[in-house]
Amino acid sequence: MRWGVVVFPGSCDDQDVFDSLKREMGQKVKFLWHKDELAGHFDCLVLPGGFSYGDYLRCGAMARFSPIMRGVEKFAQDGGVVLGICNGFQILCEAGLLPGALVRNAGLRFVCQQVWLRVEETDTPFTSQLKKGQLLRMPVKHGEGRYHADPETLERLGQNRQVLLRYVNAKGKSSLPANPNGSLDDIAGVCNERRNVFGLMPHPEDACSKLLGGDDGLKIFSSIAAACELKSGAHG
Amino acid sequence: MANENTKFFAQPQVTAELVAAHGITPEEYKKIIQILGREPNFTELGVFSVMWSEHCSYKSSRHYLKNLPTEGPHVLQGPGENAGVVDIGDGLAVAFKMESHNHPSFIEPYQGAATGVGGILRDIFTMGARPIASLNSLRFGSIDHPRTPYLISGVVAGIGGYGNCIGVPTVGGEVYFDECYNANILVNAFTLGITKKKRIHTGLAKGVGNPVMYVGSKTGRDGIHGATMASASFSEEKEQRRPTVQVGDPFTEKLLLEACLELMEHDYLIGIQDMGAAGLTSSSTEMAGRGGAGIEIDLSAVPLREQEMTPYEILLSESQERMLLVAKKGTEAEIKRIFDKWDLDAAVVGRVTGDNQFRACFNGVEVARIPISALTKEAPVYQRPAERPKSQDEVEQLDLAKIAEPKDLGATLKLLLGSPNIASKEWVYRQYDHYVRSNTVVAPGADAAVIRIKGSDKALALTVDGNSRYCYLDPYVGGALAVAEAARNLACVGARPIGLTDCLNFGSPENPAVMWQFARVIQGMRDACIALKVPVVSGNVSFYNDTDGIPIYPTPTVGMVGLLPKVERVVTPWFKVSGDIVVLLGRTREELGGSEYLKVVHNLVKGTPPWIDLRLEQAVHNCCIEAIDKGILRSAHDISEGGLAMALAECCICGPDKPLGARIEMREMIRGDALLFSESQSRILVSLQEKDLSQLQEVVSKQGVSLQVVGSVGGSRLAIQPILQLPVDELRSIWSSGLADRLQ
Repeated sequence: MRWGVVVFPGSCDDQDVFDSLKREMGQKVKFLWHKDELAGHFDCLVLPGGFSYGDYLRCGAMARFSPIMRGVEKFAQDGGVVLGICNGFQILCEAGLLPGALVRNAGLRFVCQQVWLRVEETDTPFTSQLKKGQLLRMPVKHGEGRYHADPETLERLGQNRQVLLRYVNAKGKSSLPANPNGSLDDIAGVCNERRNVFGLMPHPEDACSKLLGGDDGLKIFSSIAAACELKSGAHG
Repeated sequence: MANENTKFFAQPQVTAELVAAHGITPEEYKKIIQILGREPNFTELGVFSVMWSEHCSYKSSRHYLKNLPTEGPHVLQGPGENAGVVDIGDGLAVAFKMESHNHPSFIEPYQGAATGVGGILRDIFTMGARPIASLNSLRFGSIDHPRTPYLISGVVAGIGGYGNCIGVPTVGGEVYFDECYNANILVNAFTLGITKKKRIHTGLAKGVGNPVMYVGSKTGRDGIHGATMASASFSEEKEQRRPTVQVGDPFTEKLLLEACLELMEHDYLIGIQDMGAAGLTSSSTEMAGRGGAGIEIDLSAVPLREQEMTPYEILLSESQERMLLVAKKGTEAEIKRIFDKWDLDAAVVGRVTGDNQFRACFNGVEVARIPISALTKEAPVYQRPAERPKSQDEVEQLDLAKIAEPKDLGATLKLLLGSPNIASKEWVYRQYDHYVRSNTVVAPGADAAVIRIKGSDKALALTVDGNSRYCYLDPYVGGALAVAEAARNLACVGARPIGLTDCLNFGSPENPAVMWQFARVIQGMRDACIALKVPVVSGNVSFYNDTDGIPIYPTPTVGMVGLLPKVERVVTPWFKVSGDIVVLLGRTREELGGSEYLKVVHNLVKGTPPWIDLRLEQAVHNCCIEAIDKGILRSAHDISEGGLAMALAECCICGPDKPLGARIEMREMIRGDALLFSESQSRILVSLQEKDLSQLQEVVSKQGVSLQVVGSVGGSRLAIQPILQLPVDELRSIWSSGLADRLQ
């Protein structure tokens, strides 16, 4: 199992993802510089959080044009597993690999806090080891994380069961205060129709150690690892 | 200056008015003429004005600062560099410093605060350390002042905007409100970085012929004379000084940070320094000063973003996100390659010389020539008149007998709990990323923040503290208490202090009463640092925090760093388990002078601050640290503003889970308001399993500290018998919304 973590100018959580995968899970991880073409074999590519290009234009709008993104798009089209966290989610939306958009938080302020997430679907690499309705706890930290999509897209997301995570309260119920940014339909993370590309605003890499307050983030990374190993096993 | 190349910057004639406008006194001007053997030209006058400004030269404070203890067995770098550095073992070192950005933040709160964060971050990575944690200490005017919500919103957004974007977590801090800051807020920013001991860099220029390189953002006209502005008092008209505030670009600083740390992996550098206050001028002259060298700068080689900038403007610009390097000759191309990768400018702009002169040329014409020593070690030092004001007698008077005790102390507790200085600061820190770099073991809201050191069992504890009301009432005691409380906060998580940095925020040094406060605060801090064995490794002085002649309260803020040998032993302030017993370490006395209670309930700022015995203070810390190290404490919380009642309430409600009640019985025979709200020092409230009590008693008796079992954890109410009984859910709701409701 080989992971690649893309480093854009302004990526901040690249090291966190790298350390969580390597130190907490003993995985093989490599940083990929955004100016390079994608080369070598990877099972999963991670677009980490941060402020690529300072978010000075629209979040993710510049990074999607980085040279490495051609390879990322090709990788996704070929069925490769791609995970976008926070700014990575924004980049995937800008690149058209995921539906919808992330806009300014409803409260207009940056929000850093722990949230509860409910697992909505389990037939994806990202949630393969989880149970439907299971609750996860991890932090969000963003100024522009309010998920938005037009009614048709939202309907399609429902039909295809593309919403993988929703913000809920500690009892697993939808509630206004539990949604930290005003996301439509409490959406915290969505996948593409083919279910191999997933973006989420919460940060699993910052929830990989009990010492730091919880390790629910590992459950997402372990799901990916298990699914990828199964796949590469099946292919020979 | 009739030269063709310099025609667009016809230099103004240096007149007495121009000299005064640069903040240079007639005596100082005479000294300049004496040093140069001639009158300075306009550019040189500008250079002197910034280098001799209070902000850069510490001319009024130096005499006192030298009394602070700066040495210790683990100190690798004390004051005088971009930041202090302390050895933490395992071949690692931490660099940390705190700096003020008060005046710019009042003029333009978002950019002022943002560039304050940017500046302190550069001070840290200049030393070769990767910034891993920031904190801040903020002071605003009364929450009812019409400008306060605007200022706090802007400052907090600015701190977040910069820190979040660059990927350094803001893990703690403090926020206070008082009328004395109505027209002069304080923004003090602290950052800590970590590095390998052998990879520490300093701001040094030496080796004749070595190239001087400029890296980072291009130079513009922003912030010209920021250092001089920070060295003058505010008046209504000076609020119009917005153009002197710089604009921050955290994205470029992130690139600069990564590029500099990549550069420092190689052996290319002699020295490196951030271009902060007084920009290119101070960085080049200070580096040459430390290296005992001269330096020559070709201003025409400086990357510019505006047209037709004059040498004066280029030298004094405070454009952000710029660094000056002295490289080993022959490595220029390699250095440029690294900065190219990060899409940053890197240009050779000068060289180290052997003549001990600061020389600046522009298009081949020399525009300034000043001996380095005149700008650094020979800058004026003043021993300004200091005198205790007579009004102090009146301030210290407090007759408790004349102060009526409130009938309903439960209602008083609720009033205090929701008051802006005590209420939860979540509204503030929710806007800061406190998780990035995934090291945060204890997030904002505890006595001290704790971050792990990856690859080690150790952790670092960080806090910033300072109670200016105490300093106003008695600057000596106030100075000592600031240091003591910081160390106590570290003890509450289980850490021993390894070093201290400070921001000393005062009024005008030309006011003898202010200088008296300054001298006394330093003396108090000094005595506490010696008693508690904490060296001062860096710091900053901010004078002229007054408006229309009225100074702020003397406000020293102390940033302290501690080390925990075993991170898994860390303790947090909130109660954990029903049935645990609650124990008070230390004694409560009838000390209401300078208390939050007196201010909020009786609108009085009077009396003397709580008494302190520094030996006892240290003993209490030792008990707490030892008990935590033995693993017998479930929680520990410092008792400070609002006294025992606030500390108990916070222990019940400040945790991440549901609030937990407590039944407390107090036996002290003092008046009820003093029992609840006295701010007696050297007290820590802990909880533990009853079976561990004998172990705690053993630790405590060894140290000679008073121990009192005051009650137990459990239930849904905080009951302090026989005085009050309140539901903890209600207390949490008051505490959580106290600040937020007034800022929406």
